[in-house]
Amino acid sequence: MTNDLLALFQTAGFFYLTPGMLLMWLIGATLIYLAIAKQYEPLLLLPIGFGILLANLPLTGLMEPEEGLLWRFYHFGIQWEIIPPLIFLGLGALTDFGPLLAKPVLIFLGAGAQAGVYLTFFAASAMGFDLKEAATMGIIGGADGPTTIFLAAKLAPHMLGSCAVAAYSYMALVPIIQPPVMRLLTTSKERTIRMKKGRKVSPLEKILFPIVATLVIILLVPAAAPLIAMFMLGNLFREAKVVERLTHAAQNELLNIVTIFLGLPVGATMNAAAFLQPKVLFIFFFGLFAFIVSTATGILLAKLMNLFRKEKINPLLGAAGVSAVPMAARVVHKVGSQYDKKNYLLMFAMGPNVAGVIGTVIAAGIFLTLLG
Amino acid sequence: MSEEILAPLAGKIIQMDLEVGKAVEEDEEILVIEAMKMETPVFAPCSGTIKEIKVKKGDDVEEDDLLAIIED
Repeated sequence: MTNDLLALFQTAGFFYLTPGMLLMWLIGATLIYLAIAKQYEPLLLLPIGFGILLANLPLTGLMEPEEGLLWRFYHFGIQWEIIPPLIFLGLGALTDFGPLLAKPVLIFLGAGAQAGVYLTFFAASAMGFDLKEAATMGIIGGADGPTTIFLAAKLAPHMLGSCAVAAYSYMALVPIIQPPVMRLLTTSKERTIRMKKGRKVSPLEKILFPIVATLVIILLVPAAAPLIAMFMLGNLFREAKVVERLTHAAQNELLNIVTIFLGLPVGATMNAAAFLQPKVLFIFFFGLFAFIVSTATGILLAKLMNLFRKEKINPLLGAAGVSAVPMAARVVHKVGSQYDKKNYLLMFAMGPNVAGVIGTVIAAGIFLTLLG
Repeated sequence: MSEEILAPLAGKIIQMDLEVGKAVEEDEEILVIEAMKMETPVFAPCSGTIKEIKVKKGDDVEEDDLLAIIED
């Protein structure tokens, strides 16, 4: 009788808890707290935090290959590259390329802000990380969650959870991380530069843009095809104005559904054994480094362009070249309006901001081509 | 002399504290436009009285749309 009770007791999870698991509960609970109380990227950090809790319960088999529920979400959603491209379909349907087309010169800022991705890649590989891991850490600097997850799943799946959490945390911290860098690198005169109005963009241009961009980018970097193709299809839905139902579905129902199936398994990859390693500290360190360098190079590139331009660019716009849409653009607007309350930089900042998304996807495509 | 108040950016007017005949000071906040889920205040370009109002709360405006006219 006592033996039976003991046997029953031993099938309960309590017996198999480790200190590492408890520590992971704390991390999962912190993310859930930040999501609810501070509203830091709640759409992602809430399911990720819960996924971490689930992944650190013994005997559940949730992440058991071929069997577990969360393993299936992870395998068929992320490893099969279904979910990040579907997220991009929704983002494309939400994105207005108008501000970019109105001032095409700002596209360079979106490219300049990818420098942090590459510099971090070189810095991390110089410190002895293998090239695939270095690339995965670098891409965090692009501040683009789905792209980070997409690349990590292909190059360094063991780092996927921590890289995703780093990327989404830093995106939530954009309003804290970016302004000091922006103030440090600009003079107060530069910050008050008002931008001249962009030209009017015709509906035809907006329809042609996703088609032409798809052809050009995929011909240049074929490995970027899954993300770029879906992004531009979503945008074509939006601009064509004849498939409003599809546009609506892509940016609402579909995006919401896949967001659920993205966050949960990403969190579930973070079990104590995989996560509690010194390497994780490096991921967060290099991610932050990449992010700051990207912000800085965007600003510096704008200042460099001003040396050659009659019509000056407000260098704050360079900070919007990281692809945290639209947080980085909002931060640019807020910092600008602190120095001149009638300076409306928001829509100008959306140009480099959406260019930054494309830039980060291209960077991921280049890494995949070279290292995949 | 009258001066036009134009929308500095596209968005939705979520707050407006204007009526015809009301006196406003230069740089006074007169309405708030929401764009990209951010509230952006719009300020009076000069002091004067409101002569005409072209929009109402809840309207979607494009950049450079005429919002109101101020008369010195």
